[in-house]
Amino acid sequence: MFSLERWQEIFETISKNKLRTFLTGVSVASGIFILIILLGVSVGMQNGIEKQFQNDASNIINIYPGYTTLEYKGLNPKRRIQFTNEDYELALGDKEEVVHKSSDFQIWSRLISYKKEFGSYRIQGVMPDFQYLENASIIEGRFINQLDLDHLEKHIIIGNRVKKDLFKDNSPLGEYISLSGLNFKVVGVYTDPGGDREEARVYIPLTTAQVVFGAGINIRSMGFTLPKVDDYDEALAESNKFTAKIERQLKAKLLVNPLDTSGIFISNNIENTKEIYQLISAMKIFFWFVGIATLLAGIIGVSNIMLIIVKERTKEIGIRKALGAKPMSIVAMVLHESVFVTAFSGLIGLILALALLEFVGPMVELDFLINPSVNFNIAMTTVVILIVAGAVAGFFPAWRGAKIKPIDALRDE
Amino acid sequence: MIEIKDLHKSYQIGKNSLHVLKGINFSVKEGELVSIMGSSGSGKSTLLNILGILDEADSGSYNLDGVPIKNLNERIAANYRNKFLGFIFQSFNLINYKSALDNVALPLYYQGISRGERTDRAMSYLEKVGLADWASHKPNELSGGQKQRVAIARALASQPKVLLADELTGALDTKTSYEIMDLIQQINDEGKTILVVTHEEDIAQMTKRIVHLKDGVIINDEKVEQVRAIENV
Repeated sequence: MFSLERWQEIFETISKNKLRTFLTGVSVASGIFILIILLGVSVGMQNGIEKQFQNDASNIINIYPGYTTLEYKGLNPKRRIQFTNEDYELALGDKEEVVHKSSDFQIWSRLISYKKEFGSYRIQGVMPDFQYLENASIIEGRFINQLDLDHLEKHIIIGNRVKKDLFKDNSPLGEYISLSGLNFKVVGVYTDPGGDREEARVYIPLTTAQVVFGAGINIRSMGFTLPKVDDYDEALAESNKFTAKIERQLKAKLLVNPLDTSGIFISNNIENTKEIYQLISAMKIFFWFVGIATLLAGIIGVSNIMLIIVKERTKEIGIRKALGAKPMSIVAMVLHESVFVTAFSGLIGLILALALLEFVGPMVELDFLINPSVNFNIAMTTVVILIVAGAVAGFFPAWRGAKIKPIDALRDE
Repeated sequence: MIEIKDLHKSYQIGKNSLHVLKGINFSVKEGELVSIMGSSGSGKSTLLNILGILDEADSGSYNLDGVPIKNLNERIAANYRNKFLGFIFQSFNLINYKSALDNVALPLYYQGISRGERTDRAMSYLEKVGLADWASHKPNELSGGQKQRVAIARALASQPKVLLADELTGALDTKTSYEIMDLIQQINDEGKTILVVTHEEDIAQMTKRIVHLKDGVIINDEKVEQVRAIENV
């Protein structure tokens, strides 16, 4: 049914009613445009809220060692637990769901100097993903990468506070700073939503730190994040399952009594983020609602226009029926036009909205609105909504068209 | 070709029932050129609508080329209209955003004929009515007579059994009317069965048989000596 002839007919009728079709198209396009922008803003607000309320990734799971309190397998209590690279590998081993992962080794305070400036800062040996665990973002240069780790590079990423202290307004990139008598090359500057406290740190590759500070294969702690899940309860269940498994594995390996609550600490940030989850999901529902309502207005517009078109073409439909057009071919004709107008103008709205989000989105950096954007799934969902909407919008007019009696239509002057 | 027995039709207008056709008995053989005459309100248009399967009778029987026309659903009615009948209207009823050629090809589209063949056939019928040069023109670029020729070509395109013409000269001046009637006569000469509804005596005289309708019954049905339209142009 969707033959070349049908397309020609559609373009003929559209070109006959350019202005009307254009206005209809604009209403649908703006509907979908607003829907996409709203959804983008919803994501942007989600980003903003997360940034406002959280110093670290919202779903981070941190694992720290402690002192045992219970006797186990002949080992005395009050034993200090020390994690090593092996424990990290074990914890990570069979967990394919992990998104970001890093272990770290840190020195609480060490003197760092550059020319005549100096200060005491916390030094952390970390892995590339640590940036995401800490929610740190790079202002200049880059974060630690795998090559740094593999080659034990003496590269250093400094916090914005450190940069202000040591370099004032000059760019620190490529400069060497002195740390424990060794020269480290500055390759990046980061900012952290945790503020000055978290920006008064420097990051070096974990492997380098282990060598420089004689830690061998020891690490202090490890952190992981899981994929984001929109539903809070689901996210909580997932992460509890995950931490229980790690706890079991580590306790077995490090010979900690399974009932001991202080040998190994697992902090699960997700438990602190329930309100944020609820806020975000309420916001999403609200934005979808407003967006769909706007789109609905556009679709009702299309339906309205199609009704008028069918009414105007009553006589033509009568002629077609007298010449042998079957009711279904009239339905298909109207539906096809409706779906085409809706889908085409909707796609234009979609593309404009996506383009706007793509180009302007990254520049938006307000307190509660950061990088509004939509993902591919949302875009595809709206495309499906559009096609369905076009069909729905066209259905009643098409039905009315099919019901036209040729004898009445032909009498209609 | 057409067999009608005891046809009744009434319309409901408000609370009143208007009995329009009160038992029509009527038959047309293949190759006839019949005019149906009557003043307005005589039921001639209603009869034509029923003949054209655009409307259905309340009672009585209607056979078209041996096929009973009764209780058809929309789909089959559309199919029969397409296969059996060609319509010519007073107001031409061309689709005004389509070219003459596309208008003529439209019934063929609904027969599911491929585009190339449609165009060829439509073109040959346009040639037949003398408008080959106007094929790409839209109806609003044509004169009344030309529009009616296009309509005739369209009615012929689906190769129907019967042509039904409703006041086909009603919107034309006398000279053009006669030219159109000349074309109708030529088509009839080739053996096509044609019914013409008219209230113009001179047009009726150009057919071979006149059926007079009054108040829903046939009061007179006679064969006449056909006046050739070409002689009066």
